[in-house]
Amino acid sequence: MQDSVDGHPIVVKALRKSFSGRTVLNGIDLQVETGETVALLGRSGTGKSVFLKLLIGLQLPDSGSIRLCGREIPALGLNQLNEVRMRVGFLFQQAALYDSLTVEENVAFPLERHTKLTAVERERRVKELLASVGMQQDLKKMPSQISGGMQKRVGLARALALDPEILLFDEPTSGLDPITASEIAQLIRALKERRRLTAIVVTHDIHSARTFADRLVLMHDGNIVIEGTIESLQNSRDEFVVRFLGEAA
Amino acid sequence: MKRGVAVVMLIVLVIVAAIVGGGIAEPAQLSCFLIVAAAASRAWINPGRSSQAPYTSAKTVLISFFEWFGEMAVFCGRLLQAALVPPYEIRALLRQCESVGSRSLPLVALAGAATGAVLSLQTRDSLTRFGAQSFLPAVIVFSLIRESGPIITGLVMSGRVGAGIGAELGSMKVTEQIDAMEASAINPYKYLAATRVAACVLMLPLLTLAADFCGILMGWFASSLADPVSLRLFLENGFQNASYNDFIPPTLKTTLFGLIIGVVACFQGMRTTGGTAGVGRSTTSSVVLSSLFVIVADVVLVRMILVFFP
Ligand SMILES: Nc1ncnc2c1ncn2[C@@H]1O[C@H](COP(=O)(O)OP(=O)(O)OP(=O)(O)O)[C@@H](O)[C@H]1O
Ligand SMILES: [Mg+2]
Repeated sequence: MQDSVDGHPIVVKALRKSFSGRTVLNGIDLQVETGETVALLGRSGTGKSVFLKLLIGLQLPDSGSIRLCGREIPALGLNQLNEVRMRVGFLFQQAALYDSLTVEENVAFPLERHTKLTAVERERRVKELLASVGMQQDLKKMPSQISGGMQKRVGLARALALDPEILLFDEPTSGLDPITASEIAQLIRALKERRRLTAIVVTHDIHSARTFADRLVLMHDGNIVIEGTIESLQNSRDEFVVRFLGEAA
Repeated sequence: MKRGVAVVMLIVLVIVAAIVGGGIAEPAQLSCFLIVAAAASRAWINPGRSSQAPYTSAKTVLISFFEWFGEMAVFCGRLLQAALVPPYEIRALLRQCESVGSRSLPLVALAGAATGAVLSLQTRDSLTRFGAQSFLPAVIVFSLIRESGPIITGLVMSGRVGAGIGAELGSMKVTEQIDAMEASAINPYKYLAATRVAACVLMLPLLTLAADFCGILMGWFASSLADPVSLRLFLENGFQNASYNDFIPPTLKTTLFGLIIGVVACFQGMRTTGGTAGVGRSTTSSVVLSSLFVIVADVVLVRMILVFFP
């Protein structure tokens, strides 16, 4: 992580985004340290998914600064942007698997294009990745033939394919049964501990967040209302924070 | 209801006028005419919230019309860049060639055969009236290879492939698969669009040959029902006065049809917004626009071919 700013691979300043006059993000400031995992919480429709997409340049902000690995994302050209994107593992909220490719091919897709692995090595790597998210079978099925939770896990395996340094996960545990959800939470935690990955994980699941998150960030009405450890959030007197955590528990 | 009928008639009128106009007018005049006609028909379909201000509505229509062309130009730029810079997506290209080419073969062959049969039945009647039946093979062969084969292939393919590509890319867009590709640092213009456009460009001439072939075969069959003649004699008569100029330019012009179909369908598909309804809209518009542009391009190309390959 040689080119991050002072050990902060993700630095966001005064980020604003609106859609046709409706403000979604209204001046977000956030810094994430190397090796830190941040859980991003907030009500449905507050712009968590939009925030993640802004981070890797899938959408352009109205104003503000986004630095990933020390590079100013909104200002980058496509080639430089792709250099940064290869170091980021991104999981979409709806998994977004390529529906014309099998489960295996989905995970192999980035490997084929960005690594020099031979076919055999690639196959082994794909199996390994899928096994790490608990997918040992159904590898030859199409995404439409597996369940939503399985799609999520395949999406996770695909996001991890290129050994990313930064993880941006949009609700990795939603739609999973409690056991699988906790396994995925453990996996995220293990990744962080083994490889010092930096991560922002959007989640509604406080229990999972407890497993992997170093810090919780709560968004409301386009702003960050509060951030800190679970304990510090629980001690907050803010009406919204109390209500949010109360309902989530 | 009445407005709907009026709009349909207006659009038909616009197309007919464009074709007739294309025969006599310069391409530049033709495109001005089309812009005005499209603006008028759009204004008519969407009288807009401000029906008391036709000027503003016409203005927004004109603006969105030029916006479309602007975005299209940007799209083509990115597409070209993606297509020319290595590495090339050879395997994806082959897969697209299969789905654009081989899978369309039966439909195109059938359309060509039907055209051949109809041509043969119709022209036999007219030619007999003037006592010129002996020209029948030549008439069938010439009209097929010079015009009917290419344009039928172009139109059938704008329907089949335009809809297919528009719907596929459209649903990939709304389910974020295209975003996912970009997020993995893979250029969707290269992997998705360039391969499809290239497949269309490569496959259309081949499919045209198939349409020509089936048309001529069916033309012979239909004419030999009335007046049995051997296929060899039929072909000899038909190709007697044919030169390469009658055959090669019209076949090659279908590469341009392929380009139009591929680019329009990919463009409409990749700019889809608004969920499943949006996919429906972009599928329809990709078929409508690609057939329209194929017809317009044909008018222009026929004229150019007549000038350059007399
Ligand atoms: N492409 C878009 N065009 C217009 N508005 C959009 C677009 N994408 C998102 N929005 C709006 O931005 C807001 C935030 O959306 P977002 O998907 O980020 O919510 P979220 O916090 O991820 O919610 P959830 O928890 O339900 O996933 C929503 O109100 C949505 O209407
Ligand atoms: Mg979301």
